[in-house]
Amino acid sequence: MTIIQSLRRTIGLGPRADVGTESVVDVSAPSEQPDREATIEVTEVSPIEIAADDPLVAVLQSSTELVEVERLTLESPALAAMREHGIRLIVPLTAQGELIGALYLGPRLSEQDYSTDDRRLLSSLAGLASPSIRVAQLVQTQASEEAERQRMEQELQVATMIQQQFLPHSLPDLPEWQIAAYYGPARAVGGDFYDFMELPDGRIGVVVGDVTDKGVPAALVMARTHSILRAEAPRLVEPGAVLKQANELLCQEMPSNMFVTCLYGVLDTTSGFFRFANAGHNLPYVRSGGEVSEFRATGMPLGLLSGMEYEEAEGTVGPGDSLLLYSDGFVEAHDPDGEMYGFPRLRSAFSADVSGSELVDRLLDDLHAFTGSGWEQEDDLTMVTLRRSVGASRLGPDQPATPDVARELLDVSIPSVIGNERLAMDRVAEAVAPLGLEPERLERLKTAVSEAAMNAIEHGSGGQPEIPIHVRVTTTDTQVQVRIADMGLGGEIPLGRSEVPDIEAKLMGEQSPRGWGLFLIEAMVDELTTEKTEQGQAVVLGVNLDGGAS
Amino acid sequence: MTTRPSAEAALLARVEDGEGMSRIILAGRLDRDGERTLADAYAAAETVPGAAVEVDFSDVDYINSTGIALVVRLLADARRDGRPVQARGLSEHYREIFRITRLSDLMTIVDDGDAA
Repeated sequence: MTIIQSLRRTIGLGPRADVGTESVVDVSAPSEQPDREATIEVTEVSPIEIAADDPLVAVLQSSTELVEVERLTLESPALAAMREHGIRLIVPLTAQGELIGALYLGPRLSEQDYSTDDRRLLSSLAGLASPSIRVAQLVQTQASEEAERQRMEQELQVATMIQQQFLPHSLPDLPEWQIAAYYGPARAVGGDFYDFMELPDGRIGVVVGDVTDKGVPAALVMARTHSILRAEAPRLVEPGAVLKQANELLCQEMPSNMFVTCLYGVLDTTSGFFRFANAGHNLPYVRSGGEVSEFRATGMPLGLLSGMEYEEAEGTVGPGDSLLLYSDGFVEAHDPDGEMYGFPRLRSAFSADVSGSELVDRLLDDLHAFTGSGWEQEDDLTMVTLRRSVGASRLGPDQPATPDVARELLDVSIPSVIGNERLAMDRVAEAVAPLGLEPERLERLKTAVSEAAMNAIEHGSGGQPEIPIHVRVTTTDTQVQVRIADMGLGGEIPLGRSEVPDIEAKLMGEQSPRGWGLFLIEAMVDELTTEKTEQGQAVVLGVNLDGGAS
Repeated sequence: MTTRPSAEAALLARVEDGEGMSRIILAGRLDRDGERTLADAYAAAETVPGAAVEVDFSDVDYINSTGIALVVRLLADARRDGRPVQARGLSEHYREIFRITRLSDLMTIVDDGDAA
């Protein structure tokens, strides 16, 4: 009776899985209470943990009756703890042959040993209680699993919501281009993303990325990466500089063991020129005339190591050509036998002469044919395809310029950041590429543009990024002209009045070693003029298309 | 349908000492960002006093007017130290620029095929 009352007050059993790692019930009546009929005092002690490898577990599992602590001679930490707490008897609780818990009992209040009746009663109690306790354990386990399932489901919903919030809601509508994109989240929601960014000069930035990890953490890092790229791409323009800046910012915030692979490129939709940088992402494929090749550039993933430089590479998507950017969810998908889809299959599927959503469907069909119908998608699948129309204009000898009518090849604003003179130089070189300038003539033009742009950035716009310089390239049949305009903050350009630098004076330290810019520009071009503009001034460089080398 | 790596790398310099000559081997772009690199390279090349200095431009793909200013400084230092300077590996375009700026009057321009 005493014991039953005690148990009613103190029984609390852990789930079945806890047997062996957390003890169950501790019932110990203080021995100093002499009156066995008096009110019972029950002392609850902290659960005594029984490790899974504790030999006491084996004893309890094999025991068919009560276990007397003092008779045990085991090297058992749990047993030592029980002795310390004055436990005398252990009543194993078993259900269907499995140990599901145990009752611990201290000394009787009378300080007499437990009688045979007591033991019989305890055994009966254990036999009666065990099935109910087992059922309670199962219900508790089920409830706990359901709670965990709901928590994971909620997390997936949150991750999906974040993910989809940052994916484009529409695709760019560009003349002469068919653009399609696909994003298929895995059940666990990875960190894939893609985006298109309108750049100030009418070009577009294209990005495809993949965050390590899954669920909410990956979605949050994806959202942050997306925001950084959106902010930096229009400001820095150059893909290598954009990824470098994104890497610096992400390195400061990235959780440990996470990083982002990312391919970012800038597409000139007029010329098909694609300039890109790569942060550890899959290389893009380009299909031209049925042949598929890679655009190659390498670089470290974002968020791993500060101070990384990102190599830039470039290529041209000609009329009828297609570009494919994708995530590793494609190539790392497995068939039922564990074989990976791999790059060769993707490359082969991409070689088909289809475009837009038809191409997306074709690639997905090929993947699903490989993985089989029962495939559980292992990772996010993302792809972006850009196809240039067959009839898109291509400047070249087959399409000569209209005689004596200037045609515009480029009109671009460039932030006045030191070093962007190289960007101006590259953009002009891209724009005039179809004209087929002699290599040496092209090099002279590039040097002249670089020097004129540097002068405009440093002096004309005062090196203030928010005051861009403007570069416009036009051509006639006979001459290509590059006009570089700034705010005129550096004063009038002393055209025709520049002195030939005195190198001896420079060597002697009597003049600055600098001061070569205007001299070089004049030497590199066939024609050099300046113009007053509404905002400031412009320098116009003219290079003859045929002969007339300076 | 071709791709090519861009010439965006900053200046890298390696110094090699040979018999009677120090070689400064440059790679990347020579502009204002290369000031420290080139100055350090010249200082490192001083381990052979009085020896000639050869600057190898074979892997330099961009030189602008601020880079030319750095070459002028190197020439001034070399003149102070009494060390002849020669340039190797210049492209046709940069040979032209060295010619019109008269840098080539103050240093020997050698072809890659010439003995170092």
